[in-house]
Amino acid sequence: MRGTFSTITKLASAGAVAAGLAFSAPAMAQEETIKVGILHSLSGTMAISETTLKDTMLFLIDEQNKKGGVLGKKLEAVVVDPASDWPLFAEKARELLSVNKVAAVFGCWTSVSRKSVLPVFEELNGLLFYPVQYEGEESQRNVFYTGAAPNQQAIPAVDYLMNEEGVKRWVLAGTDYVYPQTTNKILQAYLESKGVAKEDIMINYTPFGHSDWQTIVTDIKNFGSAGKKTAVVSTINGDANVPFYKELANQGIKAEDIPVVAFSVGEEELAGLDTAPLVGHLTAWNYFQSVDTPENAEFIKNWKAFIKNDKRVTNDPMEAHVIGFNMWVKAVEKAGTTDPDAVIDAIVGVSVPNLSGGFSTMMPNHHITKPVLIGEIQADGQMETVWQTTGLVVGDEWSDYLPDSKDLIADWRKPMSCGNFNVATGKCGGKTTN
Amino acid sequence: MIVIRRLCLPVLIVFTLGVSAFAPAFAGEAELRAIVAKFATVKNFPETEAAVKELAATGDPAAGRPLAALADGNLAFRRSDNAVFIVRETAQGATLLDPLTGAADGEAAKADYTKIRVNNSLRRTIRDAIGSLTLGSDDASVRAAAADTMFRSPNPDAIEALDAAIAREVVAGVKERMERARAAAVLTSTLPDAEKLEAIALIGKLGSRDALSLLTGFAARAPDGPVKEAALAAISGVESTLVLWSAAQNVWYGLSLGSVLLLAAIGLAITFGVMGVINMAHGEMVMLGAYTTFVVQNVIRTSFPGLFDWSLAIALPLAFLVAALVGLAIERGIIRFLYGRPLETLLATWGVSLILQQAVRTIFGPTNREVGNPSWMSGAFELGQMSITWNRLWILVFALGVFAMLLYVMNRTPWGLQMRAVTANRRMAASMGIRTPWIDAMTFALGSGIAGVAGVALSQIDNVSPNLGQGYIIDSFMVVVFGGVGNLWGTLVGALSLGVLNKFLEPYAGAVLGKILVLVLIILFIQKRPRGLFALKGRAVEA
Repeated sequence: MRGTFSTITKLASAGAVAAGLAFSAPAMAQEETIKVGILHSLSGTMAISETTLKDTMLFLIDEQNKKGGVLGKKLEAVVVDPASDWPLFAEKARELLSVNKVAAVFGCWTSVSRKSVLPVFEELNGLLFYPVQYEGEESQRNVFYTGAAPNQQAIPAVDYLMNEEGVKRWVLAGTDYVYPQTTNKILQAYLESKGVAKEDIMINYTPFGHSDWQTIVTDIKNFGSAGKKTAVVSTINGDANVPFYKELANQGIKAEDIPVVAFSVGEEELAGLDTAPLVGHLTAWNYFQSVDTPENAEFIKNWKAFIKNDKRVTNDPMEAHVIGFNMWVKAVEKAGTTDPDAVIDAIVGVSVPNLSGGFSTMMPNHHITKPVLIGEIQADGQMETVWQTTGLVVGDEWSDYLPDSKDLIADWRKPMSCGNFNVATGKCGGKTTN
Repeated sequence: MIVIRRLCLPVLIVFTLGVSAFAPAFAGEAELRAIVAKFATVKNFPETEAAVKELAATGDPAAGRPLAALADGNLAFRRSDNAVFIVRETAQGATLLDPLTGAADGEAAKADYTKIRVNNSLRRTIRDAIGSLTLGSDDASVRAAAADTMFRSPNPDAIEALDAAIAREVVAGVKERMERARAAAVLTSTLPDAEKLEAIALIGKLGSRDALSLLTGFAARAPDGPVKEAALAAISGVESTLVLWSAAQNVWYGLSLGSVLLLAAIGLAITFGVMGVINMAHGEMVMLGAYTTFVVQNVIRTSFPGLFDWSLAIALPLAFLVAALVGLAIERGIIRFLYGRPLETLLATWGVSLILQQAVRTIFGPTNREVGNPSWMSGAFELGQMSITWNRLWILVFALGVFAMLLYVMNRTPWGLQMRAVTANRRMAASMGIRTPWIDAMTFALGSGIAGVAGVALSQIDNVSPNLGQGYIIDSFMVVVFGGVGNLWGTLVGALSLGVLNKFLEPYAGAVLGKILVLVLIILFIQKRPRGLFALKGRAVEA
């Protein structure tokens, strides 16, 4: 979902290629292993979020090897550094699949990096597990989306505000790129379908890394002074959040008056912030570190021991990798091979425990089932769950609220095997209804 | 719950009768304690809310303490015996305080107690409850705060209590606030139209956002007639005052943005403006300054917590030194071999900036680091209908201070004279006995040090992450080129005017388009005046 387009980063890539090579594959001598590729940026702007996911994967692979590996073979991690550079993601993916011959790849964070590697995975028939909440409107045979689709995060959050807080006026604030734009389009259609008037919705976009929020926070304050309960739905990108929340706190906007519900702010982002003035603002995810289950306690304990740092936090994309990795292991064992075609057939319907006390299942559309949690930010930088869906929510790849995609479904089981089947025309591959 | 309440009621009545001789107005401590004890057994938010309402219904100001603690998330119960306490957390565990008297009542480890959870709607309920409970407080400022709370969340049931409070009130300012709160409550009530008209007039005179919010809400509900018309007229009156204030607010925001640009660019005005070095690592000097602040605050937090408000003052000279030393090393190690080769300088400093970023990422980790605001930089104050945040105000003052210092150094000290001499004519300066390489090194160190100082200020409003500098480098070059290369005044005027221009475009064009428009305007401007606002005249220009 997140990403930064800067020419600066592009220039940087040249240097980073050389650095990236140095990371790859210190091959184990004789023993035959199954290789697992990790495609997360370790340098550049996205390193802030993606480095943790690389560590998570190393941790999971380590744990699996302690249990005896997969199919009697040890797993071997192959780490590459795409350096927050989108074209480099494609090059590194190609390297992982054709040079290192990895059985599966876990990686990407921004939508643009995912889009850049898609053709590579299709061409070389690889497997990609993508762990981040994203805008939906996509389903690929070679990709498994273990993060939330908009209906697993954005729509339940809006429902919560509408029903529990009685919100009547909406500010949709986001960073100017594909994830917020698409999510806000879906939300706007959804709100209008619920009878919210056009003048009660304010949409605002800001550039990446926006740091001067004075005008926008004042606008929000003014928009909120129309005598109706107002809330902000924030799809603001990671780095811009700190100055945004600081400005909210300084201008005295309290969560009781105008709550902000954020889709991109997790425990990791809050670690750089004094959260005392933010208590009560909301976040929507499928997992919080504070979730009180034995599975989660066990995971946090082992993770802290592995990373050797008692202060490290856990977050939602980490849980997505836990689920995705366990699903892959189970599917490989079911298929008895790491062959991608066999795994793609075997993985649909595979069900593994998630960390919030339930089971997540891989659906035919390559999205998974998840609970949705709404949490309030606490003074210690953790989230306290204040509401959650009663059951699990199935990821909806093609939104029902956008005219372009409401007739589309994805089902990768045979005989349909289609990522964009149009139920109105009965054809595979049509995005429009005629 | 209902069962408990039914049981409570007779007990309660007997009890109130018993103590009525010496505490006529309020129910008494035992009853309050009984209600407070319920918080230990609540299972969900509606049950907590019921207990809060019950506590508020006693009307006893003593209930304010447990309620305030609950809203702050500091009310907890001990797991061993379900006793409810206010907890004040310390590094090891927490001090337990009595919920009603606030007296210390022992210590506990974090695992021994459970905090009572609250959510936003509960916090609102509690805030309103505290408002009505503290209306009779002895402290005038508490009464004023209570009246303000009631103004923002008006409730027709409170009119009677407010009338009584207004009759008792002796402080004029507080009385005025209570009257406002009453007027707001009248608008939500079923009182006759005459009273409502009076209330509309009173609220309309305030001319504030809150007033507008109340009136718009009222006008939407009110049936057609003279009252609605009066409300609409009052709304348009408030709106016209607010338009003027919002223009003033925009100017302020522009100046504030300009001061941030000035801080970021002023070091570059020296290294690029005066020396002509295209220093792509300038942003990283700002970042080093910010990280110095982080390290200083960390040391203060662990060793001298009392000094926290001084942390920025302590960080300033250190940040200057760190950035200046790194700058000196870069100049001596790399740049001095590249004078007169701008393209190579650009690439080399670009490489340095990547190295510095990755070094910081390796040492401090890729995630953001928390830099706290000292108390004097938090919050905002109201100036008319404008709210001015303290941190922005201090940053503006600080930016101007740094600018004045720099101007003094450049124009009034021998070192500044030598710097200007070298810029104007290097060979002539050298033949006058000035050690030009030494001056170059010192000038570059000065520019870098100033960038480090800027980092201390920017750590207060932005992320402290390895990418901090990247966000400012383009803006800094923009300001220096626009203002006129080699002219400090140009940088000042350039930064402030770009800030104001940006903030006036933003409300109309949006933040994204606003920024693009500013860039387009600068391109057009540079076409017309290639040397910027304040062009430097003299030999250096042709050289």
